[in-house]
Amino acid sequence: MTPQLRFADGGGPVIPDFGHGSDCLRNNGWFCPEWVKQHWSDILQPALVQHIELTVIAVSIGFAIAFLLALVGFRFRLFDAPLGAFTDFLYAIPSIALFQLLVPFTGLTVTTIEIALVSYTLFVFYRNIVEGLRSVPAEVLESAVGMGLTRRQTFWRVELPLAVPAILAGVRVATVSTISIATVAAFLLYYGLGGPIFDALAQPDIFRTELIAAGGLAILLALTADTALALLQRRLTPWSRTG
Amino acid sequence: MPTEAAELVFDEATKVYPGRDGAAVDHLSLTVPAGEICVLVGPSGGGKTTALKLVNRLIPLTSGDIRIDGTSIQDHDLTELRRGIGYVIQQVGLFPHMTVEANIGTVPKLLGRPRSWIKARSAELLELVGLDPSYAKRFPAQLSGGERQRVGLARALAANPSLMLMDEPFGAIDPIVRARLQDEFLRLQRELRKTVVFVTHDVDEAMKVGDRIAILREGGRLAQYDTPEQILEHPVDEFVADFVGRDRALKALALRTLGELEPMDARGRSLDGMPRSPADTSLRDALALLVAEKRDALVVTDAEGLPLGVVTREDILR
Repeated sequence: MTPQLRFADGGGPVIPDFGHGSDCLRNNGWFCPEWVKQHWSDILQPALVQHIELTVIAVSIGFAIAFLLALVGFRFRLFDAPLGAFTDFLYAIPSIALFQLLVPFTGLTVTTIEIALVSYTLFVFYRNIVEGLRSVPAEVLESAVGMGLTRRQTFWRVELPLAVPAILAGVRVATVSTISIATVAAFLLYYGLGGPIFDALAQPDIFRTELIAAGGLAILLALTADTALALLQRRLTPWSRTG
Repeated sequence: MPTEAAELVFDEATKVYPGRDGAAVDHLSLTVPAGEICVLVGPSGGGKTTALKLVNRLIPLTSGDIRIDGTSIQDHDLTELRRGIGYVIQQVGLFPHMTVEANIGTVPKLLGRPRSWIKARSAELLELVGLDPSYAKRFPAQLSGGERQRVGLARALAANPSLMLMDEPFGAIDPIVRARLQDEFLRLQRELRKTVVFVTHDVDEAMKVGDRIAILREGGRLAQYDTPEQILEHPVDEFVADFVGRDRALKALALRTLGELEPMDARGRSLDGMPRSPADTSLRDALALLVAEKRDALVVTDAEGLPLGVVTREDILR
């Protein structure tokens, strides 16, 4: 049985031509490079670019919102638990359900996808930023205050820089999980690498080459992003790998 | 580098923590003359650290006043007050994400000093505290405990403060390195002549470092404020006598050196086999040497090892 899938206009399953392709395609082989070559520019590459866009926007907006929330939770301890619980709650909503819940408000649009993705990043970002800011050793704070740094200077010059490792660890987790969750967004809208994946799944017997190509690109993207962020972390915090 | 040390006056300074019985610091009055080291010492609960932190207003006064060169700390802008006071704590509290140079340059940078000034100043201070200039680009995690405390001292000195507050600065350092740091700190102080308030719980350290010692008893009351010699020889009461210890006579010996005695003329005497000790040996160590060697007299020598004269056990104990 083929699952009922909805696709937006312009998308739609690409049905492999079992009669004319190579042996590999006719037999629905595990991975047929010729199909990838043929459809790189009309299917895979646009999906990859869209996926990167989805991720970058979601992570950036999620970080900005979480940073503001974390400032509040860090400065006013009273708000910390409720804010943490709120981001926890958002994170706990199953993604397919959240996408559906948003449709009546924002329709079958990229905005809907972004709202859902952003709300998933908040949990990881919020915890990591608050914990990072709190991780500053007491004696470091005492010497900062004792030397005459104002509250604002203490935050920008001491607390925030020392929170960078925890914050970047959060960025890595949020980025990788956003890349993964974003594939599910194609359930709603043919967009990103989830598009070809759902396409492949919609074929009778599943079109393996497309599934593996698109899924593989998502994995590759996640690994690349993670590695790049790990390198960035090393660059930004030369002090944390000494000693 | 010229520096004007400040006179520090505690005037009935009192700290009462709300909801707690009794004061932490109780009507503390004492004057630290400019350029001297005042050691605050006493049992835990004596309010030493509280008294120290009252000065840079990390802890607000309940009543009384503290004046630096005649100006109440309350009349200073808070951040300016703190930037003008060198502050050294036991755990050092170096900024882990900053190089040694940036750590030292923290306050000068806040005061708007240019980068080149900070670079030069940091090199100068590293040399002063006995660290190689190559340390400038290191991070705190790459330093030993003793090196960190040296950098902490350099950082506190960076803006050339007229007053230094040191809260058990050598408390977390192993005994051998601690003794060396104490010696170097005293050497530095002979050069810099800062006014220093120095908190410790170690009586021996207090005796070694302090020009004057304030002994605080529980409840933050001042038991005695005097020179180390006076405190050892004339403790005002049982508490002070107990606190400085039964071996206070020995401690008093530790404060003086053989060079301060007048050795007997050594000419015409046979010095063979007598123990020898340089003139800068403390009387305590000299006595220990006599006890160990089971002798009644020793030869005092100069730096080159040439005999200056003979000192007997009676001379030392007199």
